Amino acid sequence: MIDSFTLMIIVATIASGIRLATPFLLASLGEALGQRSGVLNLGVDGVMLIGAFGAYYAVLTTNNLFYGLVVGIGLGLLIGVFYSFITINLRAEQGVSGIGIYLFGLGMSDLLFQKLVGTPRPILPFMPLDIPFLSQLPILGEMLFQHSLIVYLAFGLVPIMSYVLKHTTYGLNVRAIGENPEAADSLGVSVLAVRYSTLIIGNGLAGLAGAALAIEMGIFQQNLTNAMGFIAIALVYFGAWSPKGVMIGSLVFGLVQAIVLQFKTFGIIPRSASDLAAMAPAIITILALVIVAKRFRQPAALTKPYVRGG
Amino acid sequence: MLASLGANPFSGYATMFKAAFGSLDGISNTSVKSIPLLLVGVGICIAFRANVVNIGGEGQMVMGALFATSLALALPGLPSLILIPLVLMAGAIGGAIWGGISGALKAYFNVSEILSTIMLNIVAVQFMNFLLRGPLIDPGELERGTRIPQTARLPESTDLPILLEGLRMHLGFVVALLVAIAAYFLLWRTSIGFRLRSVGHSREAARYAGISVQKNIVGALALSGAMAGIAGAILVFGSESHRMVTDGSSTGFTGSAGFNGIVVALLAGLHPLWSIPSAMLFGGMLVGANALQRAAQVPSALIIALNGLIVVFVVSSEYFRKRSLQAGRVDALETENVSEARGGGS
Amino acid sequence: MRKLKLVMLTLISFVFLYSSLMAADKTLRVAIVAPSASNDLAFTQSIVDGIKAIQKNRNIELAITDGTFIVEDAAAAIRDYAKQGYDLVLAHGSQYGGSLKEIAPDFPNTAFAWGTSADTFGLSNVSSYEAASDEGGYVMGVMAAAMSRRGSVGVIGPIEVGDAKLYVDGFIAGAKARRSSIRANVNYIGSFSDVALAAEAARAHMAAGADVLTGTAQMVVGAIGAARAKRAAWFGTQANQTELAPEIVVASQVYKWEVILSQIIADLDNGIKGGKMYEINLKNGGLVIEFNDAYNLPDGVKQAGLQAIAEIKNGSITKTH
Repeated sequence: MIDSFTLMIIVATIASGIRLATPFLLASLGEALGQRSGVLNLGVDGVMLIGAFGAYYAVLTTNNLFYGLVVGIGLGLLIGVFYSFITINLRAEQGVSGIGIYLFGLGMSDLLFQKLVGTPRPILPFMPLDIPFLSQLPILGEMLFQHSLIVYLAFGLVPIMSYVLKHTTYGLNVRAIGENPEAADSLGVSVLAVRYSTLIIGNGLAGLAGAALAIEMGIFQQNLTNAMGFIAIALVYFGAWSPKGVMIGSLVFGLVQAIVLQFKTFGIIPRSASDLAAMAPAIITILALVIVAKRFRQPAALTKPYVRGG
Repeated sequence: MLASLGANPFSGYATMFKAAFGSLDGISNTSVKSIPLLLVGVGICIAFRANVVNIGGEGQMVMGALFATSLALALPGLPSLILIPLVLMAGAIGGAIWGGISGALKAYFNVSEILSTIMLNIVAVQFMNFLLRGPLIDPGELERGTRIPQTARLPESTDLPILLEGLRMHLGFVVALLVAIAAYFLLWRTSIGFRLRSVGHSREAARYAGISVQKNIVGALALSGAMAGIAGAILVFGSESHRMVTDGSSTGFTGSAGFNGIVVALLAGLHPLWSIPSAMLFGGMLVGANALQRAAQVPSALIIALNGLIVVFVVSSEYFRKRSLQAGRVDALETENVSEARGGGS
Repeated sequence: MRKLKLVMLTLISFVFLYSSLMAADKTLRVAIVAPSASNDLAFTQSIVDGIKAIQKNRNIELAITDGTFIVEDAAAAIRDYAKQGYDLVLAHGSQYGGSLKEIAPDFPNTAFAWGTSADTFGLSNVSSYEAASDEGGYVMGVMAAAMSRRGSVGVIGPIEVGDAKLYVDGFIAGAKARRSSIRANVNYIGSFSDVALAAEAARAHMAAGADVLTGTAQMVVGAIGAARAKRAAWFGTQANQTELAPEIVVASQVYKWEVILSQIIADLDNGIKGGKMYEINLKNGGLVIEFNDAYNLPDGVKQAGLQAIAEIKNGSITKTH
């Protein structure tokens, strides 16, 4: 039987996995939305970094976490507008412009950090939310109900986005444009407006993901995200563009990371194998998809700029 | 942006250009920098033509380099003439296997290659960390106890020969050019290429024509991986240090070439021959940026941001280029179709 | 005739005096090539701070190329600085060694210094420098074991190589020496930059019962943040980390590279361009344990630490890892 110490560790591990999954989830949801409408955004990591720095700097100067989140989202929205203009109006090659944004975000966030902040100073992180009855539950309490606001926000977005995509006109338009923009256009749906909206929201979410990361860590650093954004993009494919799938993907990745950490802490994984263990989240994510691979198709119009009339 | 940091923007760009193309030394450095970009880019061209997206250039470069390095360490005695082609081939094989795994996952298990290539990048880098810390580490490091994650100095017979005295440009550049040209012929003058492109255009049509879609998907990613693998091998054997060393980052030693190669390919319109100037330009930008950092003493972060902006502007300007080229025609077409759409829809 | 000789002699001695004075005041051109940002509160910042400390007493024209973690780019930078005639080029990154070995012979008039390492390749214009970070690690390990109420400490490291490994090994040795029953868990997370993972690693240690933590490399700021939330004590290294979390940082091992930089420059003034190995350690003041005075240490912990420092300095303790 499992003794109480082991149980405690298991609970802590799952809680850890949920925390690790959160930034992936937020960024991935945003990317999924954009891709559902047919636009690929490879610049997610850069947006996350700018959102992260913006939030960090806002909290540093105002001591208000809320402002930090707002700034992070706001910067993401702004980049969303910029990106929309480049990919939709100027019809730039989506893969390339995305990477350009990534490089810009990576460099700019670090540059501003060096010039405006200089030596790293810590900021206050989120406090775990205390939900009256649920937080006190013996096992489930620590595992699920002692997280910070941003975790609940992220996971709460999943059913919301799911509902919007499946049951609202807007969601229908998004999906239609992703599959066949010409048909949607001929039915009077403004491809431009919808794609702008998904990209703006999507980038806003990426900015939020970065902000959440910076506030959770309580600090900013050059390349804080460490390529998280790209893993988030990969998870979109894991989740077959559905919010629920993306959530599962983020959880798989986060939980495996957490489990590997615990094993290393207890020496179950010897130090000599620590690099091999660091591979685990990546390998398991692939394996998980192999096992669960359903017949899915990517949105047919993905990465093709829509040009009216051909 | 440059001005705000106290540097003169115009002289800044002049410095960049001069460093990249303004001297023999500069051109040589640019060429060297462009080698992995070109090779990976050509690989991406092939993959994209078969409608497969390969984001795994990083991992494939690493695996190719590992294969090639291991071979070199195992067979130090052979002469250059045999060893160099051997290690390059080992690099190709290493990269091909790695790319092939993603290909097989997609073809037979319907696992998105974007997912598997990104994930396999992580696996490859950690595997490299493991090997460079352990089995492949320079015995001298163990003696000294410093444990720097690098291999021993690779056999001199594997040093890629310098083409011109005193410059950094080496054989790798010629290899890259040859590979690019070979890829062009492969894609448009051979049946293999035909099959790859058919699968790329339409899986259904290819299937009806009796072409094995699955084999070609695997083949496309394997070929793409092979090119990246050669790039990885050339990076190691043509490097200043002549050893395989990692910088501990998530990209190992590649300098994001596996990634930037995608940009190169896309800017070249997925054409192997156009990838050559595309790679040179990107390489020039990288070389120039580094020189600018030294000359103007600006933080490297600025350079990275600048690179990003340049990429965005270059790719956005295509729109204006296309517009000006087709000015009259497009306007006429657009007005015609818009009124059609308007009339047909709401 | 004699008067002329006297005048000549005086003139010549004036010239010598003047030029030696000039040499001391002559602007030394120094270039640094480093892998991370100059304000990373860790590895790169330590060398920049070191040179800036020397700049207070000496005319130095300083050029810095930071953020060059790509080895080939760093090699290009080193070569470029040498070509531009810099007197001293500091290759501040263990991974740059292989490249430096190839570059240095091409520029016999340039002095190169490579850190952290203990190898000069037998070249007369390359010196090496390193930090005996295991010494400070040992001291901190002793103090950590002395103050841990639950008898459990945790270490968060990047990849088990070089300076990181040295520090961690020292810490464990010190902890075990102080209290052989101490549970000391080590977690190399596999990356130098994954801040989120470092934070979770810290949390994992704490969930397992650790109430004193330490770690090295730049991603460790995440761990410090996590430790702060749960009020675990923290021992820092490479730079003074007190301001990152003043409530929990007990002490930091600070690298004072200026101790050996001044030696390197003095040797350079005397025409020695390399071939020597330098080390900062507790004895020569290159490594300093800076305590956070605001932290309320239990009785005896600081004394234990100071004693360990003294014993390492006078040689009573020799095995620090």
